[in-house]
Amino acid sequence: MSILVDKNTRLLVQGFTGSQATLHSEQSIEYGTNIVGGVTPGKGGQTHLGVPVFNSVHEAVEAVQPNASIIFVPAQFCKDSILEAADAGIKLIICITEGVPTLDMLIVKKRVDELGITLIGPNCPGIITPGEAKLGIMPGSIHLQGSVGIISRSGTLTYEAVQQTSDLGLGQSTCVGIGGDPIPGTSFIDVLKMMELDDQTKAIVMVGEIGGTAEEEAAEYIKDNISKPVISYIAGQTAPAGKRMGHAGAIIAGGKGTAADKIKKLKECGVHIAENLLQIGAKTKEVLG
Amino acid sequence: MNLHEYQGKELFAKFGLPVSKNKVITSADDVVNACRDIGGNKWVVKAQVHAGGRGKAGGVKLVSSPEEGIEFANHWLGKRLITYQTDSNGQLVNSILVEECTDIAKELYLSAVVDRGSQRIVFIGSSEGGVNIEEVAENTPEKIIYEPIDPLTGPMGFQSRKISKVLGLDGEQSKQFAKMLPQLTDLFVTHDLSLLEINPLVITQGGKLHCLDAKINIDSNAIYRQPEIQAMHDPSQEDPRESEAALNDLSYVSLDGNIGCMVNGAGLAMGTMDTIKYFGGSPANFLDVGGTATQERVSKAFKLILADPEVKVVLVNIFGGIVRCDLIAEGILAAIEEVGVSIPVVVRLEGNNSDIGSNILAESSAEIVSLNSLEDAAKKTVELSK
Repeated sequence: MSILVDKNTRLLVQGFTGSQATLHSEQSIEYGTNIVGGVTPGKGGQTHLGVPVFNSVHEAVEAVQPNASIIFVPAQFCKDSILEAADAGIKLIICITEGVPTLDMLIVKKRVDELGITLIGPNCPGIITPGEAKLGIMPGSIHLQGSVGIISRSGTLTYEAVQQTSDLGLGQSTCVGIGGDPIPGTSFIDVLKMMELDDQTKAIVMVGEIGGTAEEEAAEYIKDNISKPVISYIAGQTAPAGKRMGHAGAIIAGGKGTAADKIKKLKECGVHIAENLLQIGAKTKEVLG
Repeated sequence: MNLHEYQGKELFAKFGLPVSKNKVITSADDVVNACRDIGGNKWVVKAQVHAGGRGKAGGVKLVSSPEEGIEFANHWLGKRLITYQTDSNGQLVNSILVEECTDIAKELYLSAVVDRGSQRIVFIGSSEGGVNIEEVAENTPEKIIYEPIDPLTGPMGFQSRKISKVLGLDGEQSKQFAKMLPQLTDLFVTHDLSLLEINPLVITQGGKLHCLDAKINIDSNAIYRQPEIQAMHDPSQEDPRESEAALNDLSYVSLDGNIGCMVNGAGLAMGTMDTIKYFGGSPANFLDVGGTATQERVSKAFKLILADPEVKVVLVNIFGGIVRCDLIAEGILAAIEEVGVSIPVVVRLEGNNSDIGSNILAESSAEIVSLNSLEDAAKKTVELSK
């Protein structure tokens, strides 16, 4: 098994003909992902990367029946694109774009929740189920089909965790980048729930960072609901207060959201801590025995 | 992005909120006119910097003659104000707000933030104002109300009444607050705020609610659609290297160590800083060079890092995902030559074609240490920084 995406995923790409979407769609197709079409308003009727381009998500849904959509449009259009996919009935939406205004996300999040849609991101690398489907911008080559589920707020840190678990032969079940924004579509807890139910996942790596209290909330949830071992690394132990560390969500505000607080809480709730990012793989291997 | 108090009050006034009559001055010569235009015989003069704690640091004063105001302006303009919220260099004072004096009966607290937990704009109110709200939350949580606003309905009358009760407002003040709450929400949404804080919100001797301070932060992601706010940007309040980085679309935060860091990805950049610290070193900066790490971006990043005279060694940590590491290696070499880097550079390349990339670096004439493992690279960097 795996979660969210597999060989049966039929992917639509929004903002399909742009340069980033083109580059990453090529890579996804090469990885074996079934991209059934793309949307670029005004370019409907063309063929791009061997699949049809549509003017709207609704037209694409009627013609090629996608069951997931990935969004590469510029930040100012993401609210519209996500809500368009939602309105067209797509139940899994991944938004890669960075820089979406927070107040746009407040509205979007409320709407997708009402409709029972899973939104991953924005500002995220996407999802991959190794050997089955890659919906995102992660390098496919570092992944190995296996037993570790990875959830992360950061792209390149996810790649570190992936590389380390691949090098040690553990491999990954599914990797979900939930993104570095203050209001993510999907939380750590949402993904933890799915991974708990997934037979292929034997251990869960949760890569967090400073800012907010998502890791603390996840820790509480893990304590009561997750039977599988969880290994966590928190980035930003040396970050100063009050400064935004790249990601919009990575800021220690009013003394809240420090790495030390998060690590303390995770430990209290029985989560295994990788003290350093170099130890994520080794710690996972140790815990799995 | 942050605003000055006077800019926040301009926005307050635009949305109909009660603020004091005021004038902003940038020269001591303008104090007399400002006092005359405002009227009265007492004024409050406030140094304008992007930091709280100004009062305790001497940056706010009650004056009873224009001459005293001139003295205050001469003392502060062009100087740096150091408060508990600034670093040891303080913030440059290049404007002063002159305000009519308000007779205060009671100080309250009111703010609004985007709350990640409830995923709503949340108003926070307290009967204890003019003090550090974190302490109130810690010691007397019953004196604070958190009221989330549904984006569909906006603030409702019953919510205004709930907050009024905790603030301890009388009937007339509650009516006044019922007008203010939608105005504040409108301001928050219209201008894409991430924080709005009025500390203190006061009740005057005349029994009216009045905004005595204004702290506003804007969501950086939304600046593109806020031209009026963009025009209020004051680069003098930011670290010059951070401003330069922002202009070049790089994410940079200045720190006080001596190891320059250049990393792709914000999470990995933090993780790299942590790793340096773990092996006993001290990072000079956070720098996310972005996913693509082209020669142009790497050059700009080197320039930024080297502008800090404390930097003794640079650690470049790139996880080549989609981008090939051999291309990144060539970009790094070209950037080093272009910028004229004269201190040691340790490079760790991982991912796509990393072996070829590392060979290119190893065979170059530049003073580069190329290591494949982050552990080795971090240890070597720390050793070179001592």
